[in-house]
Amino acid sequence: MPAPSNCNQMISFEYLEHTADVKFRAYGHTPEEMLSNAAAALFSAMITPSQVVAGESWQVELQGEDLEDLAYQWLSEIIFLFETESAVFSTFKIALLEQDGWDGTGGWRLSAEIGGERMDPQRHSFLCEVKAVTRHKFGIRKDDLWCIQVVLDV
Amino acid sequence: MEISKIDDNIYEVPVGYRPGMRVPGRIFVSAALRDMVEPGTVDQVANVATLPGIVKHSMAMPDAHLGYGFPIGGVAAFREEGGIISPGGVGFDINCGVRLLRSDLGADSVQPLINTLIDALFQAIPSGLGATGRLHATDQQLTESFHSGARWAVEAGYGVEADLSHCEENGCMAGADPSQVGVKARKRGRPQLGTLGSGNHFLEIQRVEEIYDEETARRFGLFKGQITVMIHCGSRGAGHQICTDHLDVLTRAVRKYNIDIPDKQLACAPLGTPEAEHYFGAMVCAANYAWANRHIIAHWTREVFERYFSGSKLDLLYDVAHNVAKIEEHLVEGKREKLYVHRKGATRAFGPSRREVPAAYAGLGQPVLIPGSMGTSSYVLCGQDRALDLTFGSACHGAGRVMSRSQALRQFTGKDVKAALNRDGIVVKATSPGMLAEEAPQVYKPSGDVVDVVHNLGIATRVARLVPLGVSKG
Repeated sequence: MPAPSNCNQMISFEYLEHTADVKFRAYGHTPEEMLSNAAAALFSAMITPSQVVAGESWQVELQGEDLEDLAYQWLSEIIFLFETESAVFSTFKIALLEQDGWDGTGGWRLSAEIGGERMDPQRHSFLCEVKAVTRHKFGIRKDDLWCIQVVLDV
Repeated sequence: MEISKIDDNIYEVPVGYRPGMRVPGRIFVSAALRDMVEPGTVDQVANVATLPGIVKHSMAMPDAHLGYGFPIGGVAAFREEGGIISPGGVGFDINCGVRLLRSDLGADSVQPLINTLIDALFQAIPSGLGATGRLHATDQQLTESFHSGARWAVEAGYGVEADLSHCEENGCMAGADPSQVGVKARKRGRPQLGTLGSGNHFLEIQRVEEIYDEETARRFGLFKGQITVMIHCGSRGAGHQICTDHLDVLTRAVRKYNIDIPDKQLACAPLGTPEAEHYFGAMVCAANYAWANRHIIAHWTREVFERYFSGSKLDLLYDVAHNVAKIEEHLVEGKREKLYVHRKGATRAFGPSRREVPAAYAGLGQPVLIPGSMGTSSYVLCGQDRALDLTFGSACHGAGRVMSRSQALRQFTGKDVKAALNRDGIVVKATSPGMLAEEAPQVYKPSGDVVDVVHNLGIATRVARLVPLGVSKG
């Protein structure tokens, strides 16, 4: 993927063209910010954020073999919680993101707090249903900014 | 390197188009549809051709478009010795498929009640995001649906025994291994058993508008002006999570077994390994869940029709899967071989020589059901033996998208799409009206053009065209 170049006026995320699915890139000055924005990009594809009142929170603890794997687990977990909790989310705060070990080869851990509310058919109208996070062209890159690219199956 | 036309409706992607291709690619499109095939789709056909053990060709059906890993409309078969299985060749919505119910009612008697009927179906069959079923399945019932699919549904009082022989795999594939379905997939799947879903899933009341093959139509029980009901949905969150979970495992398996893949979504494992067997066992669970799901929805559809048309019949013509991997025997260079045939957005189209064709259609071939996009014609075709030579007995699954969702949202609103359909006399009821824009008829290829290619190649021949009267969507 091309290097992110919007360092000075960073956009949180942008959607790219894909015939059948939803493709986005999310950015951050830090990997935490990138992951938070990626979650926002995923959820904003489903529902306009302003429709969601963040009155409840969900705690998430995850592990991954590497940062990419962890990112994949993180985004997949959001879809899982959306369905099983019948909830919609608007805030994604990464409290902890760290790599085990000191030589750059350890696994990664994440803990996060997701803010949202239970689904209300009267107030929440959906734009599309995200079925899953694909691994197609999934990747993280760091230049001036951290950038993750994701294709969602909708 | 270029793709080249090698015959009417057949284009070849040569070995060497991408590094590592083991076989050529074959794209089955007309000259008119050729321009709608994105370069990315051709790349995906070429990528699939690099997978170990692939037999003959990596194929794309006439409705092919960009997917993730395999193209949508992709078909690839792998031999047992040295071959692989890949969730990318099945998709997240395992056994997304279509069933068609044929009534003994004419459009004249149903049309005056179409609004009432669609409303009633909308109420009776949960749909849309966050919908949970009327069923409230227990853990035990969930396991039984994984194991026995539509057969379990009949035993639980949904549908009738006679339905099963009119369903691909008799509504239940062998080889289910519920122990390979994780806790998350069970948690997603259990409340969703008996729900339609959303997006391009739908329940549609249709009228048989045109008969192309009188004799086959008669054998299929179809007549002009007849009311039919088409149901399009899949394995819901259970299937999505099963694919996600096993993709995780297979992502590690490619490293373990040293398989070079050009796309992470093509993660796979050699056939015969524990990883491959575990995925297959779980995939079969999801496939069976989807057949149970369509069976339950068909049962509730019958209940609604019985309410308004007491004593009327709504028989199952056939039910087809279009996202699944099957173990099938095919002739390869004169020898019978056991192959793992992956169909990702492609429908099986078996002709009269295959024993899998229901006894009721003996000598004909299986019905091949091609749903149109919302507001456009759907088709019933009849599978032919020619398909075995060309595509391992496979046809398209729909019309195929040409416009991205973001483009569709820029051009259309849900309100306008609904109004346009209403003007054409089509009633639409949707849980999420905002999602209608993405499914506007214009975002798909013309379904007739796609079906023409299938018919002209002799893969499956046209029997009837159906037009929508009313649609219920999530």
